[in-house]
Amino acid sequence: MIRTTRQSLLVAVLAVAAYCETPLALATEPIKIGIVAALSGQSALSGEAITRGLSVAIDEINAAGGLLGGRQIKLIRRDDQGNPTKGVIAAREMIYKEKVTVLFGGLDTPVSVAIVRIANQEQVPFMGPWAAGTEITQNDANPNFAFRVSAVDEIVNKAMLAYALKTFKSVKPGLILVNNPWGESNEKGLRAALAAKGMQAAGVEKLEVNDVDVVPQLTRLKRAGADVLFLVGNVGPASQVVKSLDRMGWKVPIVSHWGPAGGRFTELAGASAENVHLVQTYSFFGKQSPVGEKVIRLLKAKYPQIKSVEDITPAVGVANAYDAMHLVALAIAKAGSTDGDAVRQGFYKIDRYEGLIKTYVKPFTPEVHDALGETDYIWAHFVDNRILPVGPAN
Amino acid sequence: MLLFSALISGLGLGSMYGLIALGFHVTYAVSGTVNFAQGSTMMLGAVLMFTFTQTFALPTALALVLALALCAAYGLLVEALAVRPFVKRASDAWLIATVATGIVLDNVVMFTFGREPRGLPSSLTQTPIEIAGIGLGVYPLQLLIPLVGLGLAFALQFVSRRTRWGTAMLAVVQNRDAARLMGIPAGRIVAGAYALSAVFAGVAGTLIAPLVTVHADMGTLFGLKAFAVAILGGISNAWGVVLAGLLFGVAEALITSTLGSSYTQIITFSLVIVALALFPNGLLGRTQVRKV
Repeated sequence: MIRTTRQSLLVAVLAVAAYCETPLALATEPIKIGIVAALSGQSALSGEAITRGLSVAIDEINAAGGLLGGRQIKLIRRDDQGNPTKGVIAAREMIYKEKVTVLFGGLDTPVSVAIVRIANQEQVPFMGPWAAGTEITQNDANPNFAFRVSAVDEIVNKAMLAYALKTFKSVKPGLILVNNPWGESNEKGLRAALAAKGMQAAGVEKLEVNDVDVVPQLTRLKRAGADVLFLVGNVGPASQVVKSLDRMGWKVPIVSHWGPAGGRFTELAGASAENVHLVQTYSFFGKQSPVGEKVIRLLKAKYPQIKSVEDITPAVGVANAYDAMHLVALAIAKAGSTDGDAVRQGFYKIDRYEGLIKTYVKPFTPEVHDALGETDYIWAHFVDNRILPVGPAN
Repeated sequence: MLLFSALISGLGLGSMYGLIALGFHVTYAVSGTVNFAQGSTMMLGAVLMFTFTQTFALPTALALVLALALCAAYGLLVEALAVRPFVKRASDAWLIATVATGIVLDNVVMFTFGREPRGLPSSLTQTPIEIAGIGLGVYPLQLLIPLVGLGLAFALQFVSRRTRWGTAMLAVVQNRDAARLMGIPAGRIVAGAYALSAVFAGVAGTLIAPLVTVHADMGTLFGLKAFAVAILGGISNAWGVVLAGLLFGVAEALITSTLGSSYTQIITFSLVIVALALFPNGLLGRTQVRKV
């Protein structure tokens, strides 16, 4: 009797062990998607926006039966506080401990650049839904595991110049840039864009993230005859630029990268925040496509604090992340597994996806890892706390 | 005009550094210890001012009194929890304990106040000053800041020289044991110095808040620069500390104006090193004599 019980127990243990190896068991194991972004600090809103875009897309994918034969997607979040060191620590944890299939980045280029090095080394696909540093996707790695659904600095820089020439008839723009790798990346891009048009900058000035007063830098640009300011900086430094311009009483047009969209820009910069024209990839205002209407509906249902499109902010974070997550899901489906290199090649096999920002046709190739181009940008400005379009870039 | 606005801006910033550095001076003079997280205390002042005026809509004067009172209470807490227990056991662990207290405060503020930077409106930062229709590039608040900074330095001088509390404080500075034998509550004097130090940082925070963004880690860089200022001025000399603050702030602004912002930190801190090489005890500090 005792022997029978022991044998039964052994059979049961072996059965459980065998079950664990079956595809059915694998099918119940979630596919982990990681995000390392600023969930606190000056750019906290950006991390929240990306999370919302990802969450809504993940809910859709899971409701439709998940991926790879019914596996659900699970989102894991870590806060980088806009700090590359913290971002790298979080990325390592995501890759080695959580074993995520794809790693999403956040708003900050320096953090994304640092994470992409690890992603390439460990062959884990990286998806950038916001940070626009050119070198994030155009890095030296071969094979390159970094993809992006967002703006790209060097293309944005050309668009900024085109917008300044067309809208403000600028002949001598001045540059005011945050003193970090993102600012450097844009300095290079803006200088190249100006050189391509046979133009020169009136001057190039830098500001620190915690600078209290930017009047000295702006005064130098004013003296040099700048007729438009190209601004590159997140919400904190950008608001200091606007406040300092107010103090000087200098009403110069400001053509900005999208940094100010990452927080309460109007509250921080005051009424003159409206004068800043910034690049965006999407606006939830105005007539929406069926996908746009669906996403707004889903966001309102999932986040009760979203009462109207005004509350979907910053829009670029939500929109880029939403499309990026669906493209990641398609890449995993094309790969047929969660293997890093298979997913990387899966991105190249995506034929068409009708997304929120646009309909993507062959969005990624081995040469092009950026799904959005110059024609996908729009120009916007703050009106109260809303970011409203002011007209297309071209 | 460029130099004028840079000068005013530099004086304002320098006064902030000086005020926070005065906090280092007060506790160092009395107890030989400092709260290394003075920057966090400055942040606390700014956050409390925002909370009282914007969230609870209290009148500015009342909000200011409450914010500074709570800063003083925080100073007492730092002394009781992070300094006194270690000094009693002749340990230097207060060095890291005060840093740790600041980190705890930063994180508590992050969770309670929120993660987003906020803007504190002020009637003194609405319209820049104009003379005969020409903008000076500065807000009235920027002129007020150096006045408050210097005013508080004079007040400290007055209190320490002309009041019983000040005399008692000086007695503790001279000889703690002898002061205690004379019936002076040395422990309470040290605690009071920490409260005063926190009030100085709180004043700096409430004054600077409308010019910057209010958030949990806004005090880090200020605290670091203020400590450099305290050492530069000679931490044992109040006027040295104030002077060093003003010099540091003006140097920063003038270098940015004339050479460009890329050189500001390199040149400013290089100047600090050169100054300390020439005056190892700080600009107005004196060599410490240890009696054995």
